[in-house]
Amino acid sequence: MPTILAVDDSNSMRQMVAFTLKGAGYDVIEARDGVEALNIARGRAVNLVITDVNMPNMDGITLIKELRRLPNYRFTPLLMLTTESSADKKQQGKTAGATGWIVKPFNPDQLLATVKKVIR
Amino acid sequence: MAQFHQVFFEESFEGLDLMEKGLLGLDPGTLDDEEINAIFRAAHSIKGGSGTFGFTAIADFTHVMETLLDEMRDGRRPVTTEAVEVLLRSVDVLREMMEAARDGGETDAERIAAQQAELQRILENAPAPVESVESTPPPAAAAEPDPGAEPEVVGWHIVFRPHPHLPRTANDPLRLLEELAGLGELEVECDLDALPPPGEFQPEEAYLSWDLHLHAPVERFQIEEIFDWVEEDCDLAVMPVHAAASAPAEPPAAAGPPPSPGPTTGSAQTAVTKSPAKGKTRAKGKAKSKDGGSSSIRVDIAKIDTLINMVGELVITQSMLGLLGEEFEDVLDPARLERLHEGLTQLERNTRELQENVMQIRMLPISFTFSRFPRLVHDLSTKLGKKVELRLLGESTEVDKTVIEKIGDPLVHLVRNSLDHGLEPPAERLAAGKPETGVLELDAYHKGGNIVIEIRDDGRGLDRERILAKALERGLVSEEQNLSDQQIYELIFQPGFSTAEQVSDVSGRGVGMDVVRKNITELGGHIEIESNPGRGSAIIIRLPLTLAILDGQTVAVGDETYIVPLVSIIESIQIRPNMINLLAGHGETFKLRDEYLPIIRLHEVFGIENPRARELEQGLLVVLEGEGRRCGLFVDDLLGQQQVVIKSLEANYQRVEGISGATILGDGSVALILDIPGLMRLAARRTEPAPLALTA
Amino acid sequence: MHSDNPVQQHTPQRQFLTFRLAGETYGVDILRVQEIRGWEPVTRIPNVPAHVRGVLNLRGSVVPVLDLRRRFDLPSQDLGKDTVVIVLRIQGEKTTRSIGVVVDAVSDVLDTDANALQPAPDFGARIDAQCISGLVSDGDTMVMLVDVDRMLNDAPEDEAA
Repeated sequence: MPTILAVDDSNSMRQMVAFTLKGAGYDVIEARDGVEALNIARGRAVNLVITDVNMPNMDGITLIKELRRLPNYRFTPLLMLTTESSADKKQQGKTAGATGWIVKPFNPDQLLATVKKVIR
Repeated sequence: MAQFHQVFFEESFEGLDLMEKGLLGLDPGTLDDEEINAIFRAAHSIKGGSGTFGFTAIADFTHVMETLLDEMRDGRRPVTTEAVEVLLRSVDVLREMMEAARDGGETDAERIAAQQAELQRILENAPAPVESVESTPPPAAAAEPDPGAEPEVVGWHIVFRPHPHLPRTANDPLRLLEELAGLGELEVECDLDALPPPGEFQPEEAYLSWDLHLHAPVERFQIEEIFDWVEEDCDLAVMPVHAAASAPAEPPAAAGPPPSPGPTTGSAQTAVTKSPAKGKTRAKGKAKSKDGGSSSIRVDIAKIDTLINMVGELVITQSMLGLLGEEFEDVLDPARLERLHEGLTQLERNTRELQENVMQIRMLPISFTFSRFPRLVHDLSTKLGKKVELRLLGESTEVDKTVIEKIGDPLVHLVRNSLDHGLEPPAERLAAGKPETGVLELDAYHKGGNIVIEIRDDGRGLDRERILAKALERGLVSEEQNLSDQQIYELIFQPGFSTAEQVSDVSGRGVGMDVVRKNITELGGHIEIESNPGRGSAIIIRLPLTLAILDGQTVAVGDETYIVPLVSIIESIQIRPNMINLLAGHGETFKLRDEYLPIIRLHEVFGIENPRARELEQGLLVVLEGEGRRCGLFVDDLLGQQQVVIKSLEANYQRVEGISGATILGDGSVALILDIPGLMRLAARRTEPAPLALTA
Repeated sequence: MHSDNPVQQHTPQRQFLTFRLAGETYGVDILRVQEIRGWEPVTRIPNVPAHVRGVLNLRGSVVPVLDLRRRFDLPSQDLGKDTVVIVLRIQGEKTTRSIGVVVDAVSDVLDTDANALQPAPDFGARIDAQCISGLVSDGDTMVMLVDVDRMLNDAPEDEAA
């Protein structure tokens, strides 16, 4: 089963993401900020990373930049959770190496549809 | 989704507290990156969550706050006092909205709209130099040229030329083609021209281009959605194929020339020209890990209470076994008895540790209570025209959750009092040779098995003469009484002392210090006052560490056993006949040093049959204090001191005057715990002259 | 979510635990009975009505014990090893409480259909009619059904003093 790393400092958002993905059969690892996520990523590869952008300690853009430097993550799909108003964030994310984004607010079906696109 | 609502609300309220705290900490005129970032992040999370969980009104409201905060953190908008005040009020409104959403209550639409308008006004006031975050790119479909003028679209000709770095974003061109194929029949032509000679081939670069014919009358945005993530990483042309011609139509006028390779061209090949996002140049400061330090889980308090009850049971069972073990002493052989004793000792130790640890779960840092004061002091001092520095000390001191819940209102009252009556206006302070800014300290610490909370100020101190005058006027004391300063200060805790004169906009509200003391007493605590004229005053509150356990003194009267809270006991004395006095209308009293204290005979007040001691000399007097009054409680004997687990009488029965609760003793029987102030009231009523007429 | 409220096809059956008190038979809804235990001394509570015997430790909960003879103003009897305490569940507005009631002896479980229940007649001053919700006959015996929820709330006048 593909493993997904879900990164969000908001417990409710992260749990919602994790719950939805687990319900669809994915294995989910949760991290509460970029630092935690990066530590996890250094230890193992995953099939997909979904990260919030605004987080304490290390934001999502920096996380994406750092992840792309890890050999295991050069071609791993990295998705950002962004709000509709952050066009510049999307751009920064892309520059950092993000695969794409999921616009908040989203519902579980939209999340799963997007995940299915990038995980084969 | 509903299962995440509770978590969402909890973290949103935390976020609101964080925003409030952060806003209060902002220094107008300066730019505190980390602080504003943290506030922004909290707003951002609330917005994202409320949108996701379907609370649109909250999301909309927060969105405006977020926009303002975003401009502030980018330095595009100065941090003004006005903006901070508006944001603080918006936090209040948001909190109300959140509460209404959580509890299914009503919101005040007018108030919300007014507050939102106020935010909007601030936003529009000082125009931000750079385009606002609000440059929400319109959905692609909206910008589509009016198709009405065009002949019917039967398909699309798409030229897709990835930039070499595309694979490094983990976007697989093949996936995009598959998605396109999902829309309808797709004709794919691959262009290999860019493929380098074998030696120069970089496996991580994209060399292929595609010429695609989609034979499906789909909308343009459906195609653009597929390329949404990669529009910056490729050259893309999307051209409609019309019914009339089988050849692809020319790109609409707005479109540029056919795609040409080049990394900087961008994606402006389609009819839709998206406004290029302006990357912000400032590096955002990263917030320190202020709140991520310790990890925690949320546990339903009912589960913890069940656990505490079970541990309480264990304690009882353990002491029952202990008693049983003693009974076996004659029966068992010494070696086995020894092992039994060892086992019991071990069990006792384990049980005590387990109990202590389980109790710990209920403990929360007092910062939960203290955190509301920066805002309160900020608002009040502004209102009163006073300058105040609030110092919060010992915020990490842990206290029982129930204390956290119940100590808040008394503390608010005391802080209001301090601000209103204690601290002087700046001019008065300067005249008195003090710094203009007064200091208000809230301090919490552990001391001798108690939690102590102090509220100290460096104001004018209590006004001895005014208190005395008021107490005389209220008939609380008489002229001839010779009272010490301390006794006079204590008068403010008397019921009926708080008067209309004292009811100001700030500390009034009809709640007096007597209610504060009552609340503290109900928590099993004590309140004291210290004052130094011209130098300041301090209120000192002592509370038990936990409300689930009590240090008790077991007393015996007749066949009955009662528990007296150790905290109420001053001393126990054997009384001599020459100490006893009979005061008309006051019943029996005894003289202890300089004081005449009433004697309460427990067997009389509680109707206990067959007390062993009927004459005062035969028993013991336990000198007690409760709510500032003292008395001597007459009992047969003192048995022992022990920690008892407090059980409610009200859970299955009702409140009983003079009893604060019950506990279960080692032999499994129930013993009642005395409520000292209640007992004193009960006894006082018995000695009062009977009313002349009975009211039915 | 589903709001189907099936039309009652059968007369609903109800079960009562019957017990003896001063020569008469009373019943309580069996669903309210938590347990039945022998009498053991309780801890007296000061200054409460005399029918409240005291409190006992029921697996860690402090539970009041009511003397039904005193509650219904029937002649007193010494409590002994044959005396029985029925622990009942009382449904309040928000909370559920447990109370124990002291009775002479437990008789039986009585099955009856709801139609057989009769309203309580006027007992006059003899017993507190408030506590009797109805009557049902068990052969020749008339069983007085006790309204458990009222027992604690509507206490008779304070007999303590």
